[in-house]
Amino acid sequence: MIALQTLYASVHLASVETILAAGVLVLLMIGVFRGDRSLVPLTWGTVALLVLAGIHLPIVPAHGATAFGGLYIGDAFSTFFKVIILAGAAVSMVLALPYLREAATGRFEYPILLTLSALGMCLMVSAGDLLTLYVGLELQSLAAYVLAAFHRNEPRSSEAGLKYFVLGALASGILLYGISLVYGFTGTTSFTALHGLVRGTGLADLGTLIGLVFILSGIAFKVSAVPFHMWTPDVYEGAPTPVAAFFAGAPKAAAMAMLLRVAVGAFGGMAADWQQIVTFVSIASMLLGAVGAIGQGNVKRLLAYSSINNVGFALIGLAAATREGLTGVVFYMAVYVVMTLGSFLAVLAMRTADGRPVETMASLAGLSRSRPGLAAAFAVFMFSLAGIPPLLGFWPKFSVFQAAIDAHLYTLAIVGVLASVVSAFYYLRVIMTLYFAEPAPAFAPAESRTNTVLLGAAAIFCSPVGMLAITPLVAAAGRAAASLL
Amino acid sequence: MTAGVGLGGYLAVGAILFVIGVLGILINRKNVIIILMSIELILLSVNINLVAFSAFAHDLVGQIFAMFVLTVAAAEAAIGLAILVVYFRNRGTITVDDINQMKG
Repeated sequence: MIALQTLYASVHLASVETILAAGVLVLLMIGVFRGDRSLVPLTWGTVALLVLAGIHLPIVPAHGATAFGGLYIGDAFSTFFKVIILAGAAVSMVLALPYLREAATGRFEYPILLTLSALGMCLMVSAGDLLTLYVGLELQSLAAYVLAAFHRNEPRSSEAGLKYFVLGALASGILLYGISLVYGFTGTTSFTALHGLVRGTGLADLGTLIGLVFILSGIAFKVSAVPFHMWTPDVYEGAPTPVAAFFAGAPKAAAMAMLLRVAVGAFGGMAADWQQIVTFVSIASMLLGAVGAIGQGNVKRLLAYSSINNVGFALIGLAAATREGLTGVVFYMAVYVVMTLGSFLAVLAMRTADGRPVETMASLAGLSRSRPGLAAAFAVFMFSLAGIPPLLGFWPKFSVFQAAIDAHLYTLAIVGVLASVVSAFYYLRVIMTLYFAEPAPAFAPAESRTNTVLLGAAAIFCSPVGMLAITPLVAAAGRAAASLL
Repeated sequence: MTAGVGLGGYLAVGAILFVIGVLGILINRKNVIIILMSIELILLSVNINLVAFSAFAHDLVGQIFAMFVLTVAAAEAAIGLAILVVYFRNRGTITVDDINQMKG
């Protein structure tokens, strides 16, 4: 009887995951029996499912709770990231509809796979044990591999899927090897137990440290931080644009949340050790993301380098390892997801007059004359990603730099500022192409009202109007970071 | 457990398999199937580690973990082969050196 009650309490705390898991199976069955014509109803059904799951987020108590014998954690941190994940997944699902219809790959599996991936992400951010973390990560990744190769008659898409799969599986293997070492040298896989055990001193901890390095490498791949970034540009370029939009948004935020949870929640005692690793990864990502993007002629590739660059900036906050720094990372990821989804919405609107999608920088030339609204939205996202002050993208950058200065990480802050100057160059080049270049042939007019509305909403959020959201957002990020420490 | 192979022996086998697996992915320039085999090798090395640690520490968690790894490895292999089949249909080759449509 008591066992039953604990089980019920556990399932209740994990309502979001339970609803997603049960709902997606029902939707999958509907898809199997009704076929591909059920794509549109299934998409909206899945959005409804994500909203339903979102409504159940407040079940998690503010002070946090654990379930399933400590395997699952529900706290302010997981709730914050689940909002991002659910919203990001819902938007990526809706924005794909016109594209899927156009490209004749309107298969019903798209919303199903996306939801399974979102379920995996929810488990990742709620993991209280290395086992949950691994299973959640794999559920997210396996669905993502298939999504990357979704456009299955397109050689570039299947190549992207293959590359993503091989490198992703290698990263999972490295992560697992690290987990096995940590388990062997500490005797536990639970984050709470690890937090109490790991102190970063003594010979026994040397094995744990080696394990931690492997784990961090595996996770660095998932957030596409240098030196594990090689897959990002190829996958973003080859995968269908809506899928690339999805990859750049929610999974990155979820992987970053997982990194924070592992580094601070489990290996907080080894902070002095992993701070060096995170500092190096952060500097390398900022610089490579900034330099790599300069010569790119493909907008999706440019956004891929931009995402590597942004991950580097977000990691500054983790390197500081203070409460302010963690708040900065959480805040950064929330703003980053909106900026990047907005940019990809703008890329989705790039279609030639006969409706074929184009991705080259050259086709953006003089967009301000044929589509002033789209060009303005694009410019807002670019300025925001570059971190130009009144726009929203500036504030999270400012907060992570502030945290780095407070933690006396001057080198990191200086490299960060220099890297953001270099990255401003290519963002501004996009804006220059949009506004001052000789016009290229005009794009086809916008056909999806939903996408236009989403694009407008994201642009308004990133514009100075978005500053209204800073106070509540930073307060929520602060609560999330506090629940982690 | 006292007689026979010690923990160090198991860990050495695990480490060797892991390195062979990683090198198989990084050095191999011929065939994607070999890459899939290397991935399996990495996961097996992890399982050897987990089970060895679990047996020597008299703790069940490692063996349960190994069960999960086995299950996920099966799913991973299925998806990997499916993607490979799709790729082969598009390009007519699975040579690693030919996977180069995108660069930069």
